[in-house]
Amino acid sequence: MTQPTANCPNCGAKIVFRWSSSVQTVCEYCKSILVRTDVDLKKVGQVADLPPDSSPIQINAEGKYGNKSFVVVGRILYEYDQGGWNEWHVMMNDGTSAWLSDAQSEYALSLATKTPNLPAASQVHVGEQFIWNYQRYTVSVITPAHYRGVEGELPFQYWDKTAVTFVDLRAESRKFATLDYSDPEPALYLGEFVEFDDLKLRNLRSFEGW
Amino acid sequence: MGAGTPPLPGPPKPQAKALNCPKCGAAVVLRSFGQAETVVCASCHCILDAKDPNLAILQQFEAITRDIKPLIPLGTRGRLRGTDYEVIGFQRRSTKVDGITYYWHEYVLFNPYKGIRYLSEYNGHWNDISICKQLPMDQGGAANYLGESYKHFQTCDAGTDFVLGEFPWQVRVGERAAVTDYVHPPRILSSEKLDKEVTWSIGEYMYGREVWECFKLPGSPPEPMGVFANQPSPVTINVSGIWAAFAAFAVFLLVLMAGFDMRAKKEPVLQETYQYNRTDAKSEASFVTDVFELGGGTSTVEVKTSSPVDNHWIYLNYALINQDTGQAWDFGREVSYYHGYDSDGSWSEGKRTDTVVIPSVPQGHYYLRIEPEADPSLPAIPYSVSVTRDVPVFGIYGIAFAALLLPALVISWRAYTFERSRWSESDHPPMELSSISTSSGDDE
Repeated sequence: MTQPTANCPNCGAKIVFRWSSSVQTVCEYCKSILVRTDVDLKKVGQVADLPPDSSPIQINAEGKYGNKSFVVVGRILYEYDQGGWNEWHVMMNDGTSAWLSDAQSEYALSLATKTPNLPAASQVHVGEQFIWNYQRYTVSVITPAHYRGVEGELPFQYWDKTAVTFVDLRAESRKFATLDYSDPEPALYLGEFVEFDDLKLRNLRSFEGW
Repeated sequence: MGAGTPPLPGPPKPQAKALNCPKCGAAVVLRSFGQAETVVCASCHCILDAKDPNLAILQQFEAITRDIKPLIPLGTRGRLRGTDYEVIGFQRRSTKVDGITYYWHEYVLFNPYKGIRYLSEYNGHWNDISICKQLPMDQGGAANYLGESYKHFQTCDAGTDFVLGEFPWQVRVGERAAVTDYVHPPRILSSEKLDKEVTWSIGEYMYGREVWECFKLPGSPPEPMGVFANQPSPVTINVSGIWAAFAAFAVFLLVLMAGFDMRAKKEPVLQETYQYNRTDAKSEASFVTDVFELGGGTSTVEVKTSSPVDNHWIYLNYALINQDTGQAWDFGREVSYYHGYDSDGSWSEGKRTDTVVIPSVPQGHYYLRIEPEADPSLPAIPYSVSVTRDVPVFGIYGIAFAALLLPALVISWRAYTFERSRWSESDHPPMELSSISTSSGDDE
């Protein structure tokens, strides 16, 4: 067991980091939001219980993406005026971090992509096209959303964010892109829609009667 | 696991929720574990906010259509393409074209892992529908999806007039969307535009009996009426492929004919001209020709008779006789040619030459016995007889040609009539003769 461990500064429970680059985690017991510093963990807030939801995915679920396997280590639950969706933070077996999004059983996998000169939120309009990685993307929808809750390990600190703007872009293939305007500097995620069966998910939630 | 930390109780298993309608108190079941946005009270037809623990009333619609019953009851489970699905919602939609209202039904299917799928039913025609994971390319008269081209079929204004159960979107009675259908049987690609949001879905045709099997429904499904937009044609064979095969066979037959024609020796063995005289015929009805030799093995023998008849006939009783064995082939041939004028103009019937081929005549020495008869009005007429051995026979090719052509024609006709009924329901109906004449008049 080489996973770094520490104790929750609030309740003393053991905190295990499954992903070495995690910046933030939530104590499973007392729901304290813990941010990693150089020396220890600092409690920065407290999450309320997540509302019941219908996602079959949960922390510790395992799956495959291409020839890589992954484990779900964290989650952000977003809400917008038409409903909500989950972004599951997954750790690939090569150490990279990715996001498995689950919006009413539509699954997509995306990775943060360091791209310079991203457009500012005010400059993006529906129908506009961008080319990243030799692929053309068209802005399909701009969604103002907010954090509904978090769980597990995340690669960044979320606790001072509330309202966020997402720009969804579609390509004429399974590929899509998301511009995330949560931070002053926009972030670009490139990914593709995936089939539930192709993910070969294990450790899923069970549903009464199914 | 560290010491002293009790094992966490897992989150509770999601269960179907039983709630009560805030308006009438009737039981409302939520089957989709929170995926529904709206749920309809089956008893008072209130559309309720499924996300709200108190089920706030969003809309109440006039239940004048109360007696609309889904063919598959809500809560029914079935296995569709290897996955179990439960029917959680039902809506009736309608569109008005040329003053006639057309209705169709949509069923919302749910699986907690696979999500939402839809079934649609119109006049006994079913479609298994899911939301497109890729954005189709809209090319005006056509759309491209996953490398396949779909032809524009219809654009209509679709309204929702009855809802039941749960929906993963904010459903409202009276809401209207612009629906455009593109087809590539057995698939149908549809775009639904509501406000600014466009949703694309892909459907595959299903027969009622398949739906009945999936959901183990009692009785039998309603008989489909007419031909549906993406109904697969009963002609499963590729029509152009049939014609390509037919063309290949026709070429093959032509090559075969040319080959036999080239190989045939077409050797003339007798060429004589005789004179028919009525007076002679009375005394000596028949005569024999000179003996000729048919060499080179068994072959076909062609007997050609020509006479310059003009509104007359001449009839010849022939016997081809083998001098060596006495074997005889008897046959009668008529040469007649009539022509004239009537109210339809000039006409003609018959020919001045007659040809007959006797198959498989063995080699040997032969002569012809000829007994001529002629039109009573003819006192005398010349006629010539020529015999040629080893001529090619083409009749068999004609039969083969017809035998190939007939099925190709029948299949093409069936495919054509099916496609015609399909497209007659679309925005691009096949042109009728009457509409051709009117449209050509409009062009000027």
